[in-house]
Amino acid sequence: MDFLFIQFLNGLSSASSLFLVASGLSIIFGVTHITNFAHGAFYMLGAYVAYTLTEAWMGAIGFWGGIIVAAGTVALFGALIEIILLRRIYRSPELFQLLATFGITLIIEDLVIQVWGAEDLLGRRAPGLDGAIDIFGQAFPTYELVLIALGPICLCALWLLFNRTRWGVLVRAATQDRMMVSALGVNQAWLFTGVFTLGVFLAALGGAVQIPRDAVHNAMDLQIIVEAFVIVVIGGFGNVLGAFLASFIIAELNSFGILLFPKISMILMFIVMALVLVVRPYGLLGKAETHARTALGNVVRPLAPLTRKAKNWVLAALLVFLILPIFADDFVLNVGSEILIFALFAASLHLMMGVGGMVSFGHAAYFGLGAYGVALLVKFLNMPMEAAIVIAPLLAIAGAIIFGWFCVRLSGVYLAMLTLAFAQISWSIIFQWDDVTGGDNGLLGIWPSEWASNQQAFYYMTLVIVIAALYAIRRIIFSPFGYTLRGCRDSLLRADAIGIDRLRIQWFGFVLAGSFSGLAGVLYAYLKGSVFPDYISIPLSVDGLVMVLLGGIQTVAGPIIGAGVFKALSTIIISHTEFWKIILGAFIVILVVAFPQGIVGFFLERFGSKEEDIAEEKQ
Amino acid sequence: MISRRRLIGGVIGGVLTAMTAQNALAADTIKVGEINSYSKLPAFTVPYRNGWQLALEEINAAGGINGKKIEVISKDDAGKPGEAVTAANELVSKDGVSILMGTFFSHIGLAVSDFSKQKKVVFVAAEPLSDALTGAKGHEYVFRVRPPVIVQAAILADAAAKLPAKRWATIAPNYEYGKSSVEAFKKLLSAKRPDIEWVDEQWPTLFKMDAGSTVQAISRAEPEAIFNVTFGSDLTKFVREGTTRNLFEGRSVVSMLTGEPEYLDAMKEEAPVGWLVTGYPEYSIDTPEHNAFKKSYEAKFNDYPRLGSVVGYSTMKATAAILAHAKSLSAEDLIKAGEGVKFDTPLGEVSFRPGDHQSTMGAYIGTTALKDGKGVMVDWSYKDGGQYLPSIEEIKKQRGM
Repeated sequence: MDFLFIQFLNGLSSASSLFLVASGLSIIFGVTHITNFAHGAFYMLGAYVAYTLTEAWMGAIGFWGGIIVAAGTVALFGALIEIILLRRIYRSPELFQLLATFGITLIIEDLVIQVWGAEDLLGRRAPGLDGAIDIFGQAFPTYELVLIALGPICLCALWLLFNRTRWGVLVRAATQDRMMVSALGVNQAWLFTGVFTLGVFLAALGGAVQIPRDAVHNAMDLQIIVEAFVIVVIGGFGNVLGAFLASFIIAELNSFGILLFPKISMILMFIVMALVLVVRPYGLLGKAETHARTALGNVVRPLAPLTRKAKNWVLAALLVFLILPIFADDFVLNVGSEILIFALFAASLHLMMGVGGMVSFGHAAYFGLGAYGVALLVKFLNMPMEAAIVIAPLLAIAGAIIFGWFCVRLSGVYLAMLTLAFAQISWSIIFQWDDVTGGDNGLLGIWPSEWASNQQAFYYMTLVIVIAALYAIRRIIFSPFGYTLRGCRDSLLRADAIGIDRLRIQWFGFVLAGSFSGLAGVLYAYLKGSVFPDYISIPLSVDGLVMVLLGGIQTVAGPIIGAGVFKALSTIIISHTEFWKIILGAFIVILVVAFPQGIVGFFLERFGSKEEDIAEEKQ
Repeated sequence: MISRRRLIGGVIGGVLTAMTAQNALAADTIKVGEINSYSKLPAFTVPYRNGWQLALEEINAAGGINGKKIEVISKDDAGKPGEAVTAANELVSKDGVSILMGTFFSHIGLAVSDFSKQKKVVFVAAEPLSDALTGAKGHEYVFRVRPPVIVQAAILADAAAKLPAKRWATIAPNYEYGKSSVEAFKKLLSAKRPDIEWVDEQWPTLFKMDAGSTVQAISRAEPEAIFNVTFGSDLTKFVREGTTRNLFEGRSVVSMLTGEPEYLDAMKEEAPVGWLVTGYPEYSIDTPEHNAFKKSYEAKFNDYPRLGSVVGYSTMKATAAILAHAKSLSAEDLIKAGEGVKFDTPLGEVSFRPGDHQSTMGAYIGTTALKDGKGVMVDWSYKDGGQYLPSIEEIKKQRGM
């Protein structure tokens, strides 16, 4: 009993830390509708700045002063980012905002290493609170008691702020209906800046109070961000009390989970999230949005079949790909095969997102399942390549069928978060089940059959499969099913009214997209010769999003071209500089702000109306 | 205002210039391809890079290999196995390197190793710890410099058997490295001490340890000794919570790698005291080869060497030794040259075992202490890796031969 009580207290102190971060994230989303991926980066910055300040200032006043000043400094920095960058993209679709803040995260990660160095830093312990007190015969750290108190204190302070000040009333009003607030003449710009600053302050405070109990290091951001998202989703976006409740549930679950299921504590929280979303699609305390937006913005230019001239250009491009091996060396063909594979990956994501209207943050799940499908067939059945290529995607399809069934029941950012959760669950299983999947050491020796083992033959094989798949995707988009899917994306009400079974249509679209992604994963496994949990991880899902965005989400050819440009650029950048995070981050931010329509969209917009021809301009 | 088009043109132009600049390299050299996770793990890989750069400078200053200078083409793998294979491909197909070396993470080491087997290129793995690399997944094209998990665990188990403790608990991150360490340690210690009882196991998620709860759970099992495999920020949290909650009071702790400056220094004055650890006490090793290494390292980089520096330096020396003994640069000749070849390292001369291509580099074992507000290893001794490696028959069985 004593032990259970102490374990309960341990859970409470983690809950407070989580709550600080999650409440900030939730408030920001509630008012500005920005899904702030950079929240984890602000948390990390808070810890780093607090480290520097508490090292410089002495005593209890120095310590607590340092923590508050650190949170304030980072909050000002956040305000600056809001004013310079985010104000420009409030009208953009959610996905673009998420990517922009992801870009900021990448930049901050690299900057932190430049400023504070790469090694872990050990922060000061809180003066006077470095000991333990005796609770039921167990030593319990006094600092943890302070943390336990901090959560409820912040909750009360936020409640007072939102319920007893004019500013708070405006914020609440904006959370419920921001169009009405703006119609009543409230200056939204400063309201948003204020809310964003408050949210960042809470994140930085959450980071700063970690320094007496954790090491300050440059991976803190990714450690916390996924957990924070899960909490906000469980609690309901924009709901502070919900975030509090969810933090409590998750932290206690972790605390007791290690006793009951020491080896699967990693995925417990995702299972809880999936369950909550199925029962309450807007989280425990969340409400449906009053003015629901599509995740991608309004479709300006409906997808159109190719014109005759465009067809000629496609044929010309095909010809170039066919004769490429005459000029190119093995390395170029290797990169060429990789680009083709990612073109298929991006096109499958576009099928789900651009055509189906279901934003996926976990598209790598199906890619990875495809790759592992091959690896397992080779490892356990020693299956030859020709058969494995046909059978392996079934694993991805099975995954898409199961995950899709849950996902299509939600919409918008909740759907996106659920796809992320499923991808993380798959990742965790593969990462930890090392008897079957090899764990993080992966599965090796998945090389193509003899006839396809030279680079040129493999390239042609990839080319044939990818072209066939891309053609199939195009046919699907312009088939009656494709039009129905687009109808569901553009107007749920009308689709319902004419008797379309939306769930079934979207579910089928989801599975189709997943299976093409799985096929790409199969080819990738043979290209690399080995599979690893990385192939199912968040960064790969994000890469996919960037590819689609770069090419242009509202075009059919965009994702394919985006994949080519992105993969070629990143191969070159990673090969030539260690600062690829800053470059990639800045690239994403510029892209979102300056070219939200993407490469193909940009050309179509400028020259499409005159000539309907993208490439003519190049001459 | 710069127009968008000009901006894009500038970026692409710049990248292309950078590409061609690197292709214009000297001709009469032996090219060595090097890959590591520089952007992902700079705290570990930068000392490693310093190490091989120092060795490279020494080798080329001494005239290179048979009159030819060594040229190392170094790539970042961004911590991703897929990128590592692309980099390896670029090095082999485009840059035409004769031999590959490097890598830190086990999974990336295994990915490059498998690539080298498929493409028939020799690969000298530097830092990956997984037993599989030269064990079950080993093959003739791969060599490894650093002692694997089994050696570290065996050295610790040897010392742990002499402790009076009978009730043991383990804590390890929940992935392959953690599991194989615990498995090896348990097996070896139980073989020496059948009276031992294993009372608790904790498997925190890598870098997401809920330290307070984990410490409490271990102390409930009331072990007399603890075997720890956590590292990095997990280790810091574990030590902090464990110290405050009196977990370590009156208990022995045996810990993998904790004595390496990479981990010990990060904990400053809160470093644990009295733990039995493997590591690298660079401050008190007094041998001619180590003194020379330390002196030139500190002169060149104005920093003290980490274990990664030793591994980087030794990997370069090992690669050079293989090249120097080979009749030609063909893979067959390089393999022949590599088997049993001796090379100098700051820890003394070691060699690659002919049977499995694992180097006989060993590790230091000692007890942690605090000195001038910093964790150090005292009462340490060097254990030769060759004595703790599995026998070649055992390796052959693992490889299914």
